[in-house]
Formats: sequence, structure tokens, C-alpha cells
Amino acid sequence: MTLHKIAIPILGEEIVPRFDLTTEVIILTTAKNLCIQDKKIIVLPRSSSDELCHTLLAQEINTLICGAIEDEYYEFLKWKKLHVFDGVSGTWPHAFERWQTQTLNPGDILFIRMVEGNLI
Amino acid sequence: MQSFPEIHRLMRSPLDFAHILDEIPLGILVMDKDLRVVHLNRFFQALTGFSLDMARGIPCKNVLRSSACILNCPVLATHRKDRSISCTSDMINTDRQKLPVRITTAQIMDTQGHLTGYIETIEDLRSSATNDPEKNVAYSFANIIGRSRKMEMIFQTLPMLAQSDASILITGETGTGKDLVAEAVHQTSQRAGGPFIKINCGALPETLLESEIFGHMKGAFTGAVENKPGRFKLAHNGTIFLTEIGDLPLPLQVKLLTFLDDRIIYPLGATKGFNANVRIIAATHRDLESMVSIGKFRKDLLFRLNVARVHLPPLRERGADIRLLLDHFLNNYTKKQGKKINGFSEPALSVLLNYTYEGNIRELKNIMEYAVNVAQGTRIEADNLPAYILDYEPVQQRLKMPAAEDVTQTQSEQPQMPESRQTGETGQTWSSVQRQMIMNALKTARGKKNKAAQILGMSRSTLWRKIKEYQIE
Repeated sequence: MTLHKIAIPILGEEIVPRFDLTTEVIILTTAKNLCIQDKKIIVLPRSSSDELCHTLLAQEINTLICGAIEDEYYEFLKWKKLHVFDGVSGTWPHAFERWQTQTLNPGDILFIRMVEGNLI
Repeated sequence: MQSFPEIHRLMRSPLDFAHILDEIPLGILVMDKDLRVVHLNRFFQALTGFSLDMARGIPCKNVLRSSACILNCPVLATHRKDRSISCTSDMINTDRQKLPVRITTAQIMDTQGHLTGYIETIEDLRSSATNDPEKNVAYSFANIIGRSRKMEMIFQTLPMLAQSDASILITGETGTGKDLVAEAVHQTSQRAGGPFIKINCGALPETLLESEIFGHMKGAFTGAVENKPGRFKLAHNGTIFLTEIGDLPLPLQVKLLTFLDDRIIYPLGATKGFNANVRIIAATHRDLESMVSIGKFRKDLLFRLNVARVHLPPLRERGADIRLLLDHFLNNYTKKQGKKINGFSEPALSVLLNYTYEGNIRELKNIMEYAVNVAQGTRIEADNLPAYILDYEPVQQRLKMPAAEDVTQTQSEQPQMPESRQTGETGQTWSSVQRQMIMNALKTARGKKNKAAQILGMSRSTLWRKIKEYQIE
């Protein structure tokens, strides 16, 4: 059975807007049918892009869904063969669901848009 | 959605609020009480890459993406202290660049004094960051360092060029600092307060590039679901930097030429033009004259861009600058990584000075970063350097600027092969230095290879291999 590991840096339920300011990462392991086999949250001692990259490699992550990331780290992770969806904002379950249905794209904004309490 | 917000009763007729904000040379973000984006201006879009259509109605921290938003939200601080707050921070834009910014936040009240929302101004601090006295170094202009004759001439020319408004064409091999020069010229020019927009002409396919540079109107083509202002419009009152101009497709060269003539841009599908006040800086590592001769680049465009030309010499032609740059990057990375390295050992320096840096300063910088990371002692030793430069035989290269035949390949993709050997400034190659070091160590160790290997800091098998290689009897 081929397992696929997805990492999403989070802040509560939402994807943290900045990769370098992440202190919590949710790691989802899916089977071939893309259903979640395992879910765990790693809490980092401090926010650091270097340490987070190291964690992702140590955890053998295949796909990263994150917010804003500096080009240096983006290129590094791509070079390390990670599939990176950056610039994604919204809740992590929503982003994961889009990934499962193969409708997630880098830069996707998944929030419900509201101004002064009204949907727009 | 209100497309054209207006200001009433300030003047006789209603005013276009968006237009007023667009003319202010600061990024402006208007939010409601729940910190959701209501409006943003053109400068904010240039700085962050987010258009109003993309950002409207979503939480501001996902648009501004500054560290202050996550660590200590300035808007909440404004609310708590009931006054405007200013702080310095950084943000990451959609080009994945981290920029230093100053954020000032204030509350918006209605006529009855009730809190209605917040307004934030974002100031780009890149220009003041480069004026930081700590970062200023002798023999430099902005962040460019050098004291060779060729660089001195460039340092004399750049401030004058910066003050003029002429188009500049920067040429030079990969890694010579073309981007740095372009940004330095912008930051020291009258346009420093305006946006600096970079477009890599080789990075996007032709169809996308046109809409990226000149913009498009909603419905101009399938998938154009919103108006896109284009980079030229975003760079209004600032500078546009067209890097890899040699890779610009011919049809777009014509469109650029038209803009250079009448300074009006026509987004795809637009009937009305926009008069853009933009300074153009172009850069390429290709030989544009040769490209003109084979019909890959328009002669008239070359003439229009070539008002002022800055040619950045490759590192191998900059003589003493190599040492200056080595020391500069050594200091830089030593400080960054909190190490106590104060110089180079003789063999390490000999290798570094005799190496021909095909990747120029970018390569030298990477080598120094690696060496500082690896070094354990107080000096950079030869074995702290990347293996490929230790195995490299110093050679003299005459790298021609690629033009006609290899237009589709960049220099970095296709480094030219060494032609002839050289002995470098010291008259020695790394091989001869290493051979001498091994001989000295063997003499000191009275022929005992184990001890010689210890002295040289290499394993016995490496020493044995080197002895064979250099045919030391």
C-alpha cells in the first residue's frame, strides 16, 4: 500500500499565513484511496524555516500545503522533491479536501468572503 | 460589491475614493471591524501582489502576511490602546520575497464616533534598509562591492545614472550582480519612493507574459474573469526591471517598443490606454548585438533600451576584488552564524584565489557560505571548501556571451569547457600546492604515511591516492 504524507503548518484551524512563523504542523498520512490513515500534530519548540524544513524531510513528507514561504525555502523543498502548494489560505480541512479532490492550486484563497458581516 | 466607492460632501461632486488612494505612494489597506479587507490601493498591490478582487473579504493577515500580523497584530494593539500604532516588520509577497516594511494602523470612525474599521499604511523600507550605515562598506555602491578599476568606473557612473531618468541596459554574465545594480539604481533615484517591479522575461510563456506585463480586461480571453492591471501599471511612478530581456519573444518586443515610443500601455482587450510614468531598466546575459544580427532581437528596441549601458565585468576580470569579496562574505556569514572565524589558511586562500568562478559572485558567495558552515576552527581550511573546487584544476576561460546559436540555453546551463591551463597569480596551481604540502608533510613525518596523513588532516587512503596521483616517490 503506497502511503502519502501531507504536512500543513497550522494556527488553530487555519493554515498559518507564514511558513517561517509556524509552530504547529499537522501531518496527514493517506493511503492510495486518499483517505486519512493517520493524523498527528507536531509542535515545534520555536518558529524557524530551517528547522521546519528539517522536520519535513525527517518526516518524509511528500506534499506541503502552506501560506507564504520565502523563495529560498520553496526552491529547497522543491529540490528535495516535495510537492509544494504555497500561498494557500483558509482552514486546513478545506485545503486538504481540495487536495483530495485534486482541485487545490498554489495561491488558493479558501476563506468565505465577508465584509461587515455580509457575504460578498 | 461596490466597485466604485465614492466620497460625498467633501467637494461639490462625489469623489472617486479608489482613485485618490491609488495616487498615494504608500500601500493602503482598509479593513472592517472583523479585520477583513474592504479596499486596497495600487501601491499595496504592487508591494504584495494581491489585487482587490483577490483580497476583498478575507482576513487581512492572509493578505499582508507580515510577521507583526502573527506575533503581535498591530490592528488589535491600535484597538487596545485607542490610538494609531506604527511598527517595523517584514512581509512576504506573492513573488516569495521577504520585504522590510513599516506598518501604521489607525481606527476609522463614523460621523457619530463609532468604530467602523481600520486603515493600515504599508511603507516599503528597502531603500532605507540599504542606507543603513552599518551596511555601507568602502569601495561600494549600495550593496555592490569592488575596488578594481572596472568597478570603480561603474561606481562613478551609477550615481549619475540613478539621478537621470534614462533607460538603462545592464549586461554581464550570470551572477555578476545585474539585479543588485538595477535595484540600487532605483533605490538611489528620485523614484525610490515608488514601486520597483521586476519581470523575468524568460520565466513565462509568451501568452501569459503579455497579460502579466501589460494586463488585461475582464473577458478579453477565456479565463480572464477579472481586470488585471499588469506590471507596467503597477510600476507607475516607479521603475520596471526587465530581466533576461534577451528572452523576450519578438511580438512582445514590438509591444514594448510601442510603449517606449508613446509611454501608453494598452491592456489586452482595452480600448483606452493608460499613461504610465515608468523608468525602464533592462538586463541580460546575452549578446544583444549578435542576436540583432541573426534577427532574434529587434534593432530598434536595442537602440531605445541602450540609452545608458552598464557592463558588469565577470569576477575573473576583477583581480583584487576576489579577495575583497572573500573577506566580505566571510565576515558576513561569520556574523550571521555566530562563529569566530578570522581568516583563511594559506592553502585555502590559494585555492580560492586561483579558482575561476564561472558562476561569478553568486558562486563565490555560495562557496563562502558552505565553508563557514563547515569550518570548525578559527580559520577556513582547504578541506572546508566544497570538494568540486579542490578537484578543480585552475584554468583560464574566456567565456563568450551566448547569443545566436545557444539562445535557448543559459550560460549556467551550459558552462563552456576550459581551454587552457593557467598558473594563477601566485604561479602555482592547486595541484602543485597540494603536491608541495604532501611532500612537506612526508618530510616532517620522515616518510611515515600515517603521521603525514595526520599532519595533513586527511585519511591514509586519501594520502595514498594523492601520492599515486602526483607520482611522489
